[in-house]
Amino acid sequence: MHKPLSGRDRPIVTMAGAGVARNGRWLVRGIDLDIRRGEIVTLIGPNGSGKSTTAKLAIGVLRPDEGDVERSSSLRIGYVPQKLSIDWTLPLSVERLMTLTGPQPREAVVEALEAVGIPHLARAEVQHLSGGEFQRALMARAIVRKPDLLVLDEPVQGVDFGGEVALYELIGRIREETGCAVLLISHDLHVVMAGTDTVLCLNGHVCCRGTPQTVAQSPEYLQLFGARAADALAFYRHHHDHTHMPDGRVRHADGTVTDHCHSGDGHHHDHASHMAHGEAGDPQSPEGGGHA
Amino acid sequence: MLDDFFSRAIIAGVGLAVVTGPLGCFVIWRRMAYFGDTMAHSALLGVALAFLFEFNLMVGVFIVAGLVSIALLLLERRRALSTDALLGILSHSALALGLVMVAFMTWIRIDLMGFLFGDILAVSRLDIAFIYGGGAIVLAGIAWLWRPLLAATVNAELAEAEGLHPERSRFVFMLLMALVIAIAMKIVGILLITSLMIIPAATARRFAVTPEGMAVMASVAGATAVVAGLFGSLELDTPSGPSIVVAALVLFVLTLLPFGRRDGQAAEERGQ
Repeated sequence: MHKPLSGRDRPIVTMAGAGVARNGRWLVRGIDLDIRRGEIVTLIGPNGSGKSTTAKLAIGVLRPDEGDVERSSSLRIGYVPQKLSIDWTLPLSVERLMTLTGPQPREAVVEALEAVGIPHLARAEVQHLSGGEFQRALMARAIVRKPDLLVLDEPVQGVDFGGEVALYELIGRIREETGCAVLLISHDLHVVMAGTDTVLCLNGHVCCRGTPQTVAQSPEYLQLFGARAADALAFYRHHHDHTHMPDGRVRHADGTVTDHCHSGDGHHHDHASHMAHGEAGDPQSPEGGGHA
Repeated sequence: MLDDFFSRAIIAGVGLAVVTGPLGCFVIWRRMAYFGDTMAHSALLGVALAFLFEFNLMVGVFIVAGLVSIALLLLERRRALSTDALLGILSHSALALGLVMVAFMTWIRIDLMGFLFGDILAVSRLDIAFIYGGGAIVLAGIAWLWRPLLAATVNAELAEAEGLHPERSRFVFMLLMALVIAIAMKIVGILLITSLMIIPAATARRFAVTPEGMAVMASVAGATAVVAGLFGSLELDTPSGPSIVVAALVLFVLTLLPFGRRDGQAAEERGQ
């Protein structure tokens, strides 16, 4: 797990008991959350559980009806909204999209498009992109701003599985390179990344929180998503217990490097469910569910 | 040159078209065509009030159109009715109120047709000064607001999150529209003002590859329509305002013809 450096431990966003009400109904309530530089915070929860609302509260698109939300001054935000449709009457190339909210040097634009893997689409009109390409373009637009806080509302919708893994690796890399904080929203449990520092499981309120492992084993989480969800997460964790390095060798969770995977390594297409059951049933987590 | 009524008409019309081009682009990108109509229809109420309280017509129209946009913003916040329905109520009630007020003021003879359909051949030097002065303000405003307006057109929450204050720019944009309607009323009239915003912008869409390019092309298309329409009306002895709109329509229809770049061709090119 990546831990934020102690020197920059002051939160850039602080939410204390924040809530939003619409038409006499609380969309979310009692959200306590600190986001620090270099930290990846993931919000998960069922549809309508207030994930997007919480993110909008954090970045100031919505104002809290109760509680407080504070952001450090001159916080630069890069935002990828969940739903974005561009009217076909607006002639907008990917290149032009990149400078939508502020001017950017050409090299930065090229660099960002290369980072998300669509440099060849710079001149394409955004309306002609596929769902996955458009999602990458939006991500490039957010990162080209060199934000302090990158907010991604379901950033991999419409992206195929290989692309999904690549985009999550990219998010991790951006965090490593720029030290920005990432607020990630996901309803796909298996994509809750190994790189996530904190998971907030929402259901109108903070249902439970902690590292991906502790959340997956907390009773609140299991009640909300069922035991199969825990399997999914455990399988994902397992899936990432080793890394294929560029030179073809494999780095394992314990730091050793070998030429090939161990025979017992969990490649999801083989014996994932078998391994996942083994892991989920393993009472190895002394921390317990760190819920609020 | 300004001594000739026809030259004055062309100068006034071209000046207006240059301004309605970029404004019209935002109107179609943001799907505000009906909003433009509503503001324009409320102009007659502004005319009636200006006669009643004896102040400048353009000022009256600007004030009422501005009030209509504020009313719309406030009503939208209540979320009781859809924007569509609210616009329908505002639009026709303002027009009806204007007509009723005009009927009451029996002591003044108002050329109603002149306001509904415009009389570009009657523009004075003062009108031209208003058109160019007001037009310069509108263009400067659009240039100043370009980035936040465009960002908010793509996604208001994104613009808000990244610090561009979309609500503020939307309100200023509405005021700029009110100003354009006030100065355009005499040229094409209340009923046809929105067409001078929408049709040239729609014409420009086919050839534009950037938002900025589309704004410039819309201005050019509008100016072309003004010149063609005015010469046409001179030649055929037709009413000038409607002739300009018909000329704009002809330009638009020409762009629908299958020459040059076909629809979907860009997508095919990209796929290869």
